[in-house]
Amino acid sequence: MAGITSYGAYIPIHRMNRAEFYRAWGGFAIPGETAVASYDEDSITMAMEAASDCLKGMDRKSIDAVFFATTTSPYKERLGASILAAALDLPPAIRTMDVTGTLRAGTTAIAAALDTINAGSAKNVLVAIADCRLGAPSGDAEQLLGSGAAAVLLGKDNVIAEIEGSSHITDEFSGVWRTDSDVFVRSWEDRMVLDKGYSALLPEAISALMQKSRLGPDALDKIVFDAPTNVMRHAAVARKLKFDAAKLQDPMVLSLGNTGAAMATMMLAAALEEAKPGQRILFASYGNGADAFVLRTTPSLEELGGRRGIKKHLESKRMLANYETYLRWRGIIPLESARRPEQSATSLSSLWRNRREILALYGARCLNCGTIQYVNPSANFTTGVTPIRICAACQSKDRFEPYRFADKKATVFTFTQDNLAASTDPPATITVVDFDGGGRGVFDMTDRDPAKLEEGMRVEMTFRKLYSDRGIHNYYWKTRPVRCEDN
Amino acid sequence: MAESIRDRVAIVGMGCTNFGELWDKSPSDLVVEAAYEAFEDAGIQPNDVQACWLGTVADTTSGMAGLGISAPLRLQYKPVTRVENMCATGSDALRNASYAVAARVCDIALVVGVEKMKDTGQAGIAVTGGLPSANVAPNATAPGMFAMMATKYFARYGLSPNEGKTMLAKIVVKNHRNGSLNPKAHFQREITLEQVVNAPIIAWPLGLFDCCGVSDGAAAAIVVPADHARKFRTDPVFIKALQICVGPADGTVRSDYDYTHVEETYRAGLAAFAEAGIKNPRHEISMAEVHDCFSITEATIMEDLQFSPRGKVQEDVNAEAFALRGEIPINPDGGLKCFGHPVGASGLRMMYEMYKQLQGKAGARQIKNPRLGLTHNMGGQPPACTVSCIIAGLKA
Repeated sequence: MAGITSYGAYIPIHRMNRAEFYRAWGGFAIPGETAVASYDEDSITMAMEAASDCLKGMDRKSIDAVFFATTTSPYKERLGASILAAALDLPPAIRTMDVTGTLRAGTTAIAAALDTINAGSAKNVLVAIADCRLGAPSGDAEQLLGSGAAAVLLGKDNVIAEIEGSSHITDEFSGVWRTDSDVFVRSWEDRMVLDKGYSALLPEAISALMQKSRLGPDALDKIVFDAPTNVMRHAAVARKLKFDAAKLQDPMVLSLGNTGAAMATMMLAAALEEAKPGQRILFASYGNGADAFVLRTTPSLEELGGRRGIKKHLESKRMLANYETYLRWRGIIPLESARRPEQSATSLSSLWRNRREILALYGARCLNCGTIQYVNPSANFTTGVTPIRICAACQSKDRFEPYRFADKKATVFTFTQDNLAASTDPPATITVVDFDGGGRGVFDMTDRDPAKLEEGMRVEMTFRKLYSDRGIHNYYWKTRPVRCEDN
Repeated sequence: MAESIRDRVAIVGMGCTNFGELWDKSPSDLVVEAAYEAFEDAGIQPNDVQACWLGTVADTTSGMAGLGISAPLRLQYKPVTRVENMCATGSDALRNASYAVAARVCDIALVVGVEKMKDTGQAGIAVTGGLPSANVAPNATAPGMFAMMATKYFARYGLSPNEGKTMLAKIVVKNHRNGSLNPKAHFQREITLEQVVNAPIIAWPLGLFDCCGVSDGAAAAIVVPADHARKFRTDPVFIKALQICVGPADGTVRSDYDYTHVEETYRAGLAAFAEAGIKNPRHEISMAEVHDCFSITEATIMEDLQFSPRGKVQEDVNAEAFALRGEIPINPDGGLKCFGHPVGASGLRMMYEMYKQLQGKAGARQIKNPRLGLTHNMGGQPPACTVSCIIAGLKA
């Protein structure tokens, strides 16, 4: 039976105490923290993190479809899934699809993945889900929306959780929405939004599935469904369905905020971290209707290696200094630009020509002398000589094999904190790093505490957005201090 | 076997504008000022010049092609070559002119270096071209790239941040003291060690005063064959060595680069010493103008040019060996730090100071009986550099 074969998740390292919103605007301080995507993160980069977590130890070559689900794609016209596929170094002859427009985009993508597998059109489908919705300043939504991502791999081999059945409802009711030009989420009067939307349809879809599957509440070991911004409604749905509150998966609204399309699957990842083989999990999500699934874990669950998943990402955090930083990072208010030489325009031709070096962080290993080398392809960086034709060590010509650095850890050789460089998060931290196994590179560092930089520090690579120029988002890799130890 | 340039050409005239934020001067204005000072110094007319070399880096502010000097000077249909080799541009223009003179394809060459840095409305060096790129370079400024040398130098040689910054600050204080004696310098004010150490950080560990000025300015030289030189003046300055070393830019690629030296400087120095027949640089070189774009750069140059042993520059700095009255004065004119750094002009400005020192015309900055001087002019950032070393002296 088809099902989930791996999972992963991602939570930005930065959290903001909601008291900061209260400090800025007064009104009502909702308790807890919200997860804030860094200035260089968006739905693509967070989906990439969750997907990398999910694919740890998995055979990338066997993946033949990538679905990207989000309501906050950085592009209206340009496929996010294809950017992820390139960054994940997947082959081009695969299916790709973006699922968007609804808060249940994640579960809808999972349902589509399952159908694709059951139809025999693909064997292993990666579904990566991320969201970073914004509430307008001073509103409740601003305090309650968070950023995060989850990913699941689906297939028929080594399934860790079989998907036994599903049920789906569609509904045109528009309780929350954004037009094609809205930056902030809009909402109708919230009691109607919840009474006629979430609180009505989610139980309806779950009940239909339970009936179809001939399961009573006692047959469930874990109950996973997402929560609206009013988290009390989450518990109310459970009560209505006579679910045992102890089996209810925490929607993490208090610790992370509502992570939109990613929320249900992030909760599922948290449930799978704690699950034992042979457990039945209800998994459902709301958004212009509802999707509900019944999952049953298998003995393979225990063979899947550990993931950073939810637990480790949740524990590893840095508090955002203040609300003003949030405004700056999310680009909500215009700021004075640095009086520095303007950056040259981004060349799409150069990005395309260097797509393997830039998106998948490929360098080369010299077949003559064995030297492993990475070259930054920027023509405005004095070492930007790509493709690598001549070996930097032995000068032999055109004798290389490709070498991927993206999942290599590295050690800081030297660094600086550059206050002069224009940066959304000054100082610009620049690191020269030596990769485990060989190779050196110079990279911006992100998610760091400027006071805690030192030579010999261990770092890993993270996929981030560097700049945007005329609608071209420049994705590339940065170093970051190793965020948490892997099992 | 290739021949040496040693004693084959001489400089018989030089000019240099004031350097600084010259809001009321255009690039062409600066070219005219520097070139005419050189013409006058050499006792020639503009039309005596047979070929010209222009050193300038930024297209947008100082012009393109050889027109950057032929138009301001209204030169009458002369051959003019424009040279660009990053911050070593001025020196490389002099090198190319010298080779043409040595080849005797021209007998009087004009070299002009010019840069108008302050018309951009921005801080820093806006000399990179505007052509579109992949834009995935690290977000480091020039101070940032050199700061990484300082971080590494401190760590490698066991200097605490305070010890390291104090050592660098002494270099800065020395250059400011020299600059205070130079009426053409951008900055003519002495500063204290405390001011340097406590200045705002630009790129850790480099503070404001560890960084050189960004200035407008121009400098010019007249080059003739050595055997013609005394027809122009009694005290011509003879070229003893002209070397430029452009690296393979592999230090961000190869993990064996140490970030505490600049290989291009070391090799350009070796080649220049060999060409000039110098066995012991520290004892035979009377003075040097070096590319102190940042304090850490001057510190490591001292080691790369073998003036100080590796890792030991701190001892020479503490002993004031590089002061104006020290064992080997470094940057007697204030260096890039205080004279300023109009990129295309800097190499020729270094030569201008050396020329005046060798002729005994350096005023309050005059060094006692200099015999041989060295200019070290460096472009780029570690580890992707282009370094010129020129040695010049009085007697042919």
